[in-house]
Amino acid sequence: MNPPTEWQAALLIARFALRESLRRRVFLVIALLTLAFLVLYGLAAWQAFEATGQFGTATSTAGVDTRVVVGATLAGLAMFAILFLGTILAVFLTLGAVRGDADRGLLQPLLVRPLRRRTLLLGRWLGAVAVCVPYVIAIALATFLLTDALGGWWPDRVLAPLAALGLGVAILAAISLAGSVVLASTANGIGVFMLFGAGLTAGLLGQIAEAIGSDTLGDVATITTWALPFEALYQAGLAELTADTVGITKLALSLGPFGGAQDAGPGLWFFSLAYLGAVGALAVRAFNARDL
Amino acid sequence: MAPALSVTGLHKAYGPVQALRGVDLEVGPGELFGLLGPNGAGKSTLVKVTCGLVRPSAGDVRVCGEPAGSRAAHRSLGYLAELFRFPDWCTAAELLELHQELVGSPGGVAERAELLALVELDHVPDRRIGAMSKGMQQRLGIAQALVGEPRLLLLDEPTSALDPAGRRTVRALLERLRERGVGVLLNSHLLSEVELVCDRVAIIDGGAVVAAGTPAELSHAGGVEIETAAGVRLFPDAVRADVPRIVRELVAAGEDVFAVRVRTSTLEDAYLAAVGRTAEGEKAA
Repeated sequence: MNPPTEWQAALLIARFALRESLRRRVFLVIALLTLAFLVLYGLAAWQAFEATGQFGTATSTAGVDTRVVVGATLAGLAMFAILFLGTILAVFLTLGAVRGDADRGLLQPLLVRPLRRRTLLLGRWLGAVAVCVPYVIAIALATFLLTDALGGWWPDRVLAPLAALGLGVAILAAISLAGSVVLASTANGIGVFMLFGAGLTAGLLGQIAEAIGSDTLGDVATITTWALPFEALYQAGLAELTADTVGITKLALSLGPFGGAQDAGPGLWFFSLAYLGAVGALAVRAFNARDL
Repeated sequence: MAPALSVTGLHKAYGPVQALRGVDLEVGPGELFGLLGPNGAGKSTLVKVTCGLVRPSAGDVRVCGEPAGSRAAHRSLGYLAELFRFPDWCTAAELLELHQELVGSPGGVAERAELLALVELDHVPDRRIGAMSKGMQQRLGIAQALVGEPRLLLLDEPTSALDPAGRRTVRALLERLRERGVGVLLNSHLLSEVELVCDRVAIIDGGAVVAAGTPAELSHAGGVEIETAAGVRLFPDAVRADVPRIVRELVAAGEDVFAVRVRTSTLEDAYLAAVGRTAEGEKAA
């Protein structure tokens, strides 16, 4: 009798979680709703490019490349929506993973096997990430392709925005999983969505602070953004969409709803990974201290 | 060989509530050990500490010589909780397969088929658990607990949802496990069932063991009643073997003896006496 290694056991739990998603037709629902989202996005992109095309094919009279402004704004809107959809997925796949499953009696039969609690958490996180991360990457790529096909605009950078979205939802899945150790499912779901909202609000505050030149507001936004790095990642991804755009077009973009985004530099990526590790360590510590 | 389960000086407190107050007990290999007690007595807490689901406040619990909660201990035990649930979307065979993989059992399809046959579910290996009756799920739970040939089986109310035929199946299964040297801790409210299958019994109340012994030892302590001309006299500590001596002494003392009755209490009487309750369910003053 050779029990699996820790990694094998984590992958086993992840595989079981994925099988549950498949069996409960989670993927079917996601596919249908995503299709609806992409159709709506395509319609919006087509209309936006059609309408702005009346001002000129490449540049407007003021020297602004409207194709870039429309394309980047649409892609920014898409990233916002995709982060939200990815968050919904991450939260619903993890919100009851510990306390919810323990209350229902689902967890105990697993934990009396040679399975460490940290391994179970790792497996559940991997299972959620295996769904959410490919999902946000695929749908973001699909919106970029649609924008290119309908308006001839392609982001200046592609990998960084996709990676930012992926890491962002991986962090949100970890936060939700950690919350599930101490909170009942409903409270955890509400809590994670409020954190998500707080992160987005911090991003908006940062843009307002920059527009009105408020240092205090800027500090509040910066601290909140680093405390909830999925927002900083989203902002960094957004900034990379038009990283090579310059001049009056860049200025026009910065006045738009998704134009104030700033790339926090490579430190953000290391910080986000460390943050992920810290959330995981806290979750394991709380889980180990819990009587079931 | 180490005992299947060894519990020494076990205490558990949930905040100000003392759930266990110095419990000592031992279950040998191949022994069926019954754990009785009223609701809230600490039985499930004892089982959960043994499984590593609950951390003890003090004391030592070992499963086949290994500390409770360790991976080595988990390799040796099977567990069916009182309030269990399995994923309703998966099938009986898939559930057993998951547990086989977690425990590292090389049994494969043959083990799954054998376990399902043991609990008489071999005709529904591909049925979704959500489509099974509560009794079928309980039998599947027992099969799940037996994955990987555990040396200690912890069963918390394993027959509560079973019909009489299902209970008989489980009793026969427990007897087979005894022959294979598996130690079983059976936590049950069904005293008749415990009396039928268990080698030893412990009655737990208020977090402490208040009586322990074989079912025969616990259920035959009713004393002797002797009817004399002066009325019925009770000798509470006497047993059947004491009757000739007591009668001789009474006759020698000039009493007329009209009838003798050896009181044989049931395990239920012993249980109610041990936990200080009357047959009507009132806590004795």
